[in-house]
Amino acid sequence: MSAVVEALTPARYRPRELHSFESAGTHFVYLVPSGAVFALDKIGLEIFDRVKEASPTKEELTAYLLARGYQTGEIDTALSELEYSEVILLGEAVPEKPKLPEKTFPLQRIVLNITNQCNLACSYCYEYSEDRISKTEGKPKFMSSTVAESSIDMLIRESGSRPSVHVTFFGGETLLNFPMLRSSVDYAKRKCAEAGKQVEFSLTTNATLLTEQVVDFLAEHRVGVTVSIDGDRELNDRMRVFSNGAGSYDVIVPRIKMLLERHKTNSIGARVTLSSGVSHVRRIFEHLTKEIGFYAVGFSPATANPNRLYSIGETRMGNVLEGFEDLAWEYRDSAIAGRHHGFTNVNDTLKELHSGISKAYPCGAGLGLLGVGTAGDINLCHRFVDSDVGQMGHVQKGGVDHGARDQFLRTHHIGARYDCHTCWARPVCAGGCYHEAFIHYGDTSSATLHYCDWIRGWNDLCLRIYGEISLRNPSFLDRFSDN
Amino acid sequence: MHSMKPINRKARKVEAAVIAATGDVEALQMRGGEGKIYYPMGCTLNFTPGWEVDVSGGTAGLCQPVERDLFDCHLGCGWPAQVPDHLNNAPDWTDRCAAAANDWRKVDIVFP
Repeated sequence: MSAVVEALTPARYRPRELHSFESAGTHFVYLVPSGAVFALDKIGLEIFDRVKEASPTKEELTAYLLARGYQTGEIDTALSELEYSEVILLGEAVPEKPKLPEKTFPLQRIVLNITNQCNLACSYCYEYSEDRISKTEGKPKFMSSTVAESSIDMLIRESGSRPSVHVTFFGGETLLNFPMLRSSVDYAKRKCAEAGKQVEFSLTTNATLLTEQVVDFLAEHRVGVTVSIDGDRELNDRMRVFSNGAGSYDVIVPRIKMLLERHKTNSIGARVTLSSGVSHVRRIFEHLTKEIGFYAVGFSPATANPNRLYSIGETRMGNVLEGFEDLAWEYRDSAIAGRHHGFTNVNDTLKELHSGISKAYPCGAGLGLLGVGTAGDINLCHRFVDSDVGQMGHVQKGGVDHGARDQFLRTHHIGARYDCHTCWARPVCAGGCYHEAFIHYGDTSSATLHYCDWIRGWNDLCLRIYGEISLRNPSFLDRFSDN
Repeated sequence: MHSMKPINRKARKVEAAVIAATGDVEALQMRGGEGKIYYPMGCTLNFTPGWEVDVSGGTAGLCQPVERDLFDCHLGCGWPAQVPDHLNNAPDWTDRCAAAANDWRKVDIVFP
């Protein structure tokens, strides 16, 4: 019956799944799920607009274009180009089933939670706040060098043919376990050299324990550093306090300045956590880049149950997007003038848009990245370390639990996230952070639905900026092409 | 492409695939599509020197005589070469040439 109906009803053109946007007077399409960005030429735009408005048959569309002065040859060429690139479609779409990754996906990075202790008591911290999921009772406070070395051995073993691997040190406050960090760096360098691999390091710190000796070590071994800081004294000290309630700003700023002065061998970035009282994006950015001297600053809202006092809430998230937009346009102006701009959120998104990424998973957790707790328990990522969720083995007892890892990857694939199936932003988002989903919905496989509008808004903004840079200063984008 | 211009790296890959699938035919080219090599079709694959003139534009420098080349184009590839009309006026043109590689000298010149 349906075949008969199909034979009697001429097929109609319709737009494929995509997001169209305009920038600097040019019309672009962002194709889903490929992630390709095209600028429509005159005939391309006329066809696209007509298809969108009228869902014409091939005859109707051809007649329309002939009447507008196009020749048959160019019409045919344009139609086949637009169909093959999946901008428009004649007839019905058959959805493609996304492919699962290879089971032997090689590990690229481990995050070692080298301590679960911290000398600060930031109200929003997911490791200590009311939303904590890690169960550190009975676990050592500090990771031993034996556990760290087993973890590094596991990384090398599981990294397959990758030419380079990455070790990230995390906490707690990482530098509380600096002696172990130092010996791990030496061990990893030696073992990776034996295995013929490159190794890179990075760490996150609250900067309270940075000394000249520590910084010189980090510089010597090219350890990338992310410093957690939330802005000027007033803003930083609202959340980032010692356990006696005293603010950390005055302790960390001289140390950060010394770090920026002495460590030039790898990137040093500031990481700002936005929360209920701390959402002044421009003020924070200006302070951190101009007053303190950071080269790059990234922002992220605190992960929190919406009932928490420090939860940023919808209204403030609106303000945050406005603040982001303001800085993003400034980034665009710098890019067009060929200058650096330190707003990493834009930079990171542009990098993904430029490569045309189409993600099967929101991030590398469980895929190319695993977290290791102080006792050696392997978990999805550093945010789940020592929790009941996302357990994937033990570094000294059998290594990675591949069964658990495969099971996780099967159930968290974009193909299994039904909420995302009609969203145009899924090639870059793929459902959002597992930890964010778990805190909000109690389920790592849920999409982070409370951020959907925000993520689409953000990606639309970045696409418009990307489009404009591609027209006005395309050579700026070469910086995103190196890998 | 005529209807749009690729902007990001993925779009350039899509463009290559589209051109491979929809591009026009070019003489003596076989399109292999993305990731495959392009190679010319025709007499060069028949282990003959192929082209009808040498570097000087004449025929003296060819390593096989021009008659052999024309003959092979005509029978081997069905290329519309300037050869005698095998069907009507000169049906016996190649009678004494059983194997071109050996008997090419026996291919006659035909005068209309």
